[in-house]
This record gives sequence, C-alpha cells and structure tokens, in this order.
Amino acid sequence: MIAQPAPKQDVLARRDEIVAALREAVPGDGVIAEPLRLKPYETDGLAIYRQLPLAVVLPRTTEQVAAVLRICHSMGVRVIPRGAGTSLAGGALPLADAVVVGMMRMNAILHIDYADRCATVQAGVTNLAITGAVASEGFFYAPDPSSQLACMIGGNVGMNSGGAHCLKYGVTSNNLLGLKIVTIEGEILDIGGAHLDAAGYDWLGLLTGSEGMLAIVTEVTVRILRSPEGQRAMLVGFDSSETAGACVDAIIGSGIIPVALEFMDRPAIHACEAFAHANYPLDVEAMLIIEVEGCTEEQDFLLGRITEICQRFAPKTLRVSASAEESAAIWKGRKGAFGAVGRISPDYFCMDGTIPTSRLPETLRRIGAMADAVDLKVCNIFHAGDGNLHPLIMFDANDPDSFARAERLGADILTLCVDVGGCLTGEHGVGVEKRDLMGAQFNPAELDQQRRIKSAFDPGWLLNPSKVFPLLEAA
Amino acid sequence: MSVAVLEPPDEAALAGVVRTNYAAGEPLLVQGNGTKRRMLRPVQAAHTLSTRGLTGFSLYAPKELVMSAAAGTTIADVEAKLAEHGQQLIAEPPDFSALLNGGGAGAQTLGGIVATNLSGPRRVAWGAVRDHVLGLRAVDGRGEVMRSGGRVLKNVTGLDMCKLLTGSHGTLGVITEITLKVLPAAERTGTVVLSGLEADRAVAALSAALGLPWSVSGAAYLPAEAAARAPGGGGESLTLARIEDFAASVTYRTEQLRVSLQEFGVATIWDDAQSLAAWAAIRDAAVLPAEPDDAIWRISVRPSRGAAVLDAACQKGARGYLDWGGGLVMLAGPATQTMHNAITHAVLEAGGIWTLLRAPEPMRASVAVVPPEAPALAAIAKRVKAVMDPKGILNPGRMIVGI
Repeated sequence: MIAQPAPKQDVLARRDEIVAALREAVPGDGVIAEPLRLKPYETDGLAIYRQLPLAVVLPRTTEQVAAVLRICHSMGVRVIPRGAGTSLAGGALPLADAVVVGMMRMNAILHIDYADRCATVQAGVTNLAITGAVASEGFFYAPDPSSQLACMIGGNVGMNSGGAHCLKYGVTSNNLLGLKIVTIEGEILDIGGAHLDAAGYDWLGLLTGSEGMLAIVTEVTVRILRSPEGQRAMLVGFDSSETAGACVDAIIGSGIIPVALEFMDRPAIHACEAFAHANYPLDVEAMLIIEVEGCTEEQDFLLGRITEICQRFAPKTLRVSASAEESAAIWKGRKGAFGAVGRISPDYFCMDGTIPTSRLPETLRRIGAMADAVDLKVCNIFHAGDGNLHPLIMFDANDPDSFARAERLGADILTLCVDVGGCLTGEHGVGVEKRDLMGAQFNPAELDQQRRIKSAFDPGWLLNPSKVFPLLEAA
Repeated sequence: MSVAVLEPPDEAALAGVVRTNYAAGEPLLVQGNGTKRRMLRPVQAAHTLSTRGLTGFSLYAPKELVMSAAAGTTIADVEAKLAEHGQQLIAEPPDFSALLNGGGAGAQTLGGIVATNLSGPRRVAWGAVRDHVLGLRAVDGRGEVMRSGGRVLKNVTGLDMCKLLTGSHGTLGVITEITLKVLPAAERTGTVVLSGLEADRAVAALSAALGLPWSVSGAAYLPAEAAARAPGGGGESLTLARIEDFAASVTYRTEQLRVSLQEFGVATIWDDAQSLAAWAAIRDAAVLPAEPDDAIWRISVRPSRGAAVLDAACQKGARGYLDWGGGLVMLAGPATQTMHNAITHAVLEAGGIWTLLRAPEPMRASVAVVPPEAPALAAIAKRVKAVMDPKGILNPGRMIVGI
C-alpha cells in the first residue's frame, strides 16, 4: 500500500458528529456512513489501492456541495472529490479520515446552445452523454478518453483528459469555456462563461488538470463542434517500429495532420487480434491506424497522399478502408485493447507517459529490455501524433513479487519518458500513482511553488491532499 | 519620468536583476520591445526590465510540431523560421503595434504575445495562444528560475503553471523561454463574403457557417465604415467566413458554404491573395475606424451577444467590428468615463469580459481596465500573486490595483 498521511485522530473521533452535520446538509439518502455501503468507494480505476473513507456524500446541487465543504472546512475534514471513479492514477483514492464527495447525482444537461456552440452540464454527466445530447443536431464534444462511456466531465476537467482524437481537437482544457466551482470555504464561483478567453488570470486553465486539489467543479460549459462530413481509417504494418516512426514523421512533415494516428507494437497487435478478431496482420512489428476526415473526395485525397508516403517505407500490410464498416473493423481491435490485455493477464498497469515522437524506437527498445530484465511482458499503444505512450505492464497482483516488479518497472518506464525529454503523464494525471516520481520531472523549488499555489486556494490542505505532490515529512 | 531600461543578455543575468530588485523591494516594469506598454494600467516603476536581449531558437522539430524560442525573439522571426518548413503559429497573433502606437523599441516579441495571450481570427476554431503553450521558463518575483510544462504535446503532470503565466501580463513572472505547438500552414485560403448585412443578421450567418462541417477558421463582420478600410472592401458592410485547407478542399468547401448561406444573400468567394490581405487587416485591427485620440476596447462575449454589444456601443458614438463569429468585439470611441461605463455595462449585461487596449494614461489609471473579480476570487488572486511575486515588484498594478 502506498504511504498516506496519518489520519487526523480528532476527525475520526468526531465521526458521528460529522456525519450528522452532513446529513443535515444533504438530506435523504445522500450521506453514506455504513461500512458495507462505503465499500464501492474504497478504490477507483487503480484498484490495487484501497481505503475506506470516513463517509461518502452524494449531493444533488451546487448549494449542497457548498454546504458540505463549509462543514468540512469548519471541522478540518479532508475531502476527496469523485466522479465515476475511473481514474487510472488513483485520483479518487480515499483517506480514512476523509469525506468522499461523489458527483454522480449531479448528472443533468442544463443548457445546449447551438448558435453559440456550447453546452452547460453538471459535473456528473458522462463524457459520452454530452455528445449523445447534441449528436442529433450533428454536433459532438471532442475529447474522447477510452473510458468515455463511464467517465464524468467533472473528472475530465480534474485530470485534463485527452483521447485518441486530440491530435486534431485538443484535450479537455482546449474545449472548455466555463466552470462553476466551489472553494473549500464553500464559496460558489463562476469561472469563464460562454465567451472565449479570460481578461485576468486564466483560472480556467489552472483549474483544469488540478486533480481536485483547488476546488470542486459542479458545472462545466464545454465547446461543442459540428461533426465532419465523414471519416475513414487505414491500417498499415511495418517490419520495425523505427520504420513506423519514420513514416509518422513523413506524414506530419508533409503537412497532413490526421485526426487520429495510433501505433501498436507486436505484442499489442497480437493481444488485440486474439480478442477482437479485427484481421490485424500478425507478421509485423508495428502497425499504424490512421484516420482522416472530410467528404468522400477529401478522404480519398488525404488517404491517397498518406498511402503514397507509406509506400515509401515498404509496408508489409496496407489496407485502406472503403466504408464506415471497414473503418469500424480497423478500430475494433484498438478500442478493445484494455479488454484484450485483461484477457491474457490477471492484472495490468496502464502507464501514460509522453515522449518526443522522434525518440519512440529507442524508448520502445529500452522498455523491452527493462521488461525482459524483470521477466514481465509489456505491450505498447501509442498516440503517435502527439507522443502519448501507453505501455501496458502485465502482472499478477496475487503474487507479491510480480506486483512489486511491475510497480518498479512502471516507475522506471515513466522515469525513462522524462529522461528522453517527455513527461510522467500525458492524459491520466498524477494521482497517487505517480506522486512519488514527481521529483524526476520537477526540482524541489518548482514542486514547492506548485504546493504554494494549492495553498493559495486551500490553505488547510483539505482538498484531495496526498495526491500529485510527494508527501512532506510533516504531513 | 526617465527610466533606465535593463536589457540582460541571458536568463541568468535577468534572474540576477530580479533578485537585486527583490532584495531592494523596487518594482520593475517588465516588457519585451514595449509595443504593448500602453495597454491596461500604467505601471509605476523605477526600472524597466526588457527581455529583448534574450533571442533565438533552442529547439525546432517540425515533424514533432514543436518549437522553443527565447522570449525576446520577435514574432516576425518566429513566423519566418516556421515558414521555412511550411508551418505557422496556430493562434495567428495580431500585431497591435500601429494601433497602440506604443513607441516601442522594435517589433513585438514572442514573450509579449504569450504574456498578453493575444490571439487572432483563427482563435475561434483552433484555440488561443494559451492553448498552444507547451512549456515555459520564467523568473519569478524572487529571481528564481522556474520551469513548467515541457516540450511534448500532451502533458498533465502537476499544476498547469503555463496557463497561469500565459496572459498574466508579466505580473507573476518574467517569461524567458517559450515552447509552442505549431502546425502546418494551409496550402490555400478562401473566403465566402456576404455584403450589406446588419450586425445581428451577419452574426446569424457566421453562426450558421461555424455550425457546418466545413471547418471555418475565421468569421468576421465589418460594418460599412470598417469594411471601407479593408483590402477589397467597398461602401457596404462585409460578412466574411474563411476556410484554410488543401487547395481542392478550399474550392469544395467555399462552394458548399456559399450555397449553405444563400438565405443570407448572394455570396462571393475571395481567392487566396485577397483573403490573406483582408484577414491580416482584421487580425491587426487595421480595419478599426479609430481616431487618434480614441480609446480602444477589446471585448469577448458569447457570439450571439456580439451584435447587441456592438449596436449599444455604436448608439453611444463608438465604432467597431466583430470577429470570432461575433464573440470578439473591437471598439473605438471617445476616451471618456461615460463611454467606458456604457461599454462595460453592455458587456456585463452580455456576460462577457473587456480589456481596455488603449487610452490616455489618466483614464487607464482610473477605470477598471479588466472586469473586477468576485471577492473570493480576488482574494485567491492576491494570494497567488503573493506566491509568485511576494514583494509585488513585477508589473505592479498592471491589470488590477494591488496585483
């Protein structure tokens, strides 16, 4: 178990008093305190870490969130914001003395404005539900994390989530206009609105990706975009990751920015093919899925130019889809990647570093050697256009030795990402998972400055403490 | 007041200057070449600290869409460098040097554009300068060098200090080096142009255009007086929707858009050269009908309220135009408290924000040059300022008194 700050004994001792105050603020069935019913909240998408919280609150309104935070603030109670609990970094892992504020009951779509191309929704609306609400008018919400069926927009804001299509459309922060937040003191604040940009400091930008450490987000105004006329994918396989990487460089260098540019290595291809039967080539070392948008003629034009470029790199397989069905088949394996790996290994860690794309072949080689050295298997899925690398480390959590080796390998891989010029996390966030690696990317003074920015919002360190920053001795 | 301009040759020397001033508690006016020093509130400082000695490129990897340059590098130099590989700055930053008549010591710098987060017409489709800042080096108010972000396109490691510094007008740190995402420049630009529309009808047309699948990357409305100043403009108002793409796509998409907008009138299509000239004039506000003594306001509202703000201001004697599909309102008018109150009242009604871009010094010192924040947020801003600049020596009072 990862190190956590010691629970505040005075808070544990006042548990009944705290729960009673919360019940007054959120009447009905909005407060959970029975151990058995707390169980579902003890972990998130990083299920190896578990901790029952003091209590869980499920508010229905911003005012209730404000009331809850006022209580927690006045009683010195730590607070863990939670959306759908899909964080792969342990962003919603509770503390024994903390109240989890779960946003799932705030799931209303409040306002859709097609003329201004924006939608205002409560924080507990799922990512895909936003697109679902505007699709009938031909619009969509662009960031598309793999968990989009379940993950909530409030959590997307907290982690600044990305997705397979952010090479063209950007990540969460690039697609937000406004937030309604509640500070730890219980103040309700509107940040931004339905207009572009800020006149003063960019609070919207600072809050996005702040992992619930600065405030709780209760409403989000997102940009919605008109869907393209169509999209089509192609698949191309190479006999080395070097060649695939060089091909990616050549495509970008030609002035074409595909809407998606996904890379899979040999183990990933085999795992996905066995799971999804997507007709992936099994005799290649690396495979690219490339998607373009536009009308049929534009798709033909772009796919034709990309095909020409690919041909220069002697591909072993090259398949251009002729229809939406064929495109879906190409994507099927990639989208089932987590399930595929889950089928061949009892457990896996999904890592999330970013590297300069030019360093891909070298990085993959070194990851392979590091995995061999500790006798673990790793398959790699890579958003090749933007350098976001997802090594999946396979292990057995019931075997303490396997688990320990996997944890160490994960840390070594992320440190490698920093060493080659990248970063610890591209779209999942730091959470508890990468907390103790932050020193690889930032020096003590830089970390301290970020800590003091948190203090400016939350002087008592009550909001999602013990995430993101390495614990201090005093904590 | 005669002020000494300090021009340290590198980041270490610049940090030394800040450390010295931190020790003495003496404020610094922070700038690049000073082209925007007449924006916002006047800064009272004994010394001016310029980043103009910090120039040049430390990284340019066209195939990775990333570029790093020192803060004093001019935007013109950055654009020329990117053009060598057919790439460009995504946010299309404007050059307000002529508009602000700042008497700067040279062309505007990359640091100045990042510190002010000024974006051009492409902002409506492709994001602001702040959306493309991948990494920054800066010197905080104690003279400590700090790094944030990095050189990769996706990075959510730690708090996003790049967003905090971008657009902070030099009040939280002196930006010394910037790493930006860049993109290929389009092969061709075309513009679908409607003539003679009133503002509300024009915004409806632009809104329709931005809601169609043709990837419109510029959407502006120039009332007759502004249109007369645009290359290609005549005596009527102009409503312009731009498409930037491969040549064949521009041909296809402009034609589709022309047909789609038929209910708003008979549109014409401007070719590459005419489009580029017109959009440069819109970007730099060269089309703004401003008298030499006028004040200038830059306003952002939800697009559907842009026409109402423009009309309200014009009724009081201001002139202006719209960009960002109606969401950006550029206004020029008499530099009076009355005009300022009328405009800011209309903006607040519309739920938007303003920046007083240009005005005589006494006016800039006395009015709210940006909207005041709610008390709880203003308190956070003060605490954040204290973290970054404990003695308040970096551009004190530039945006808000006491910050």
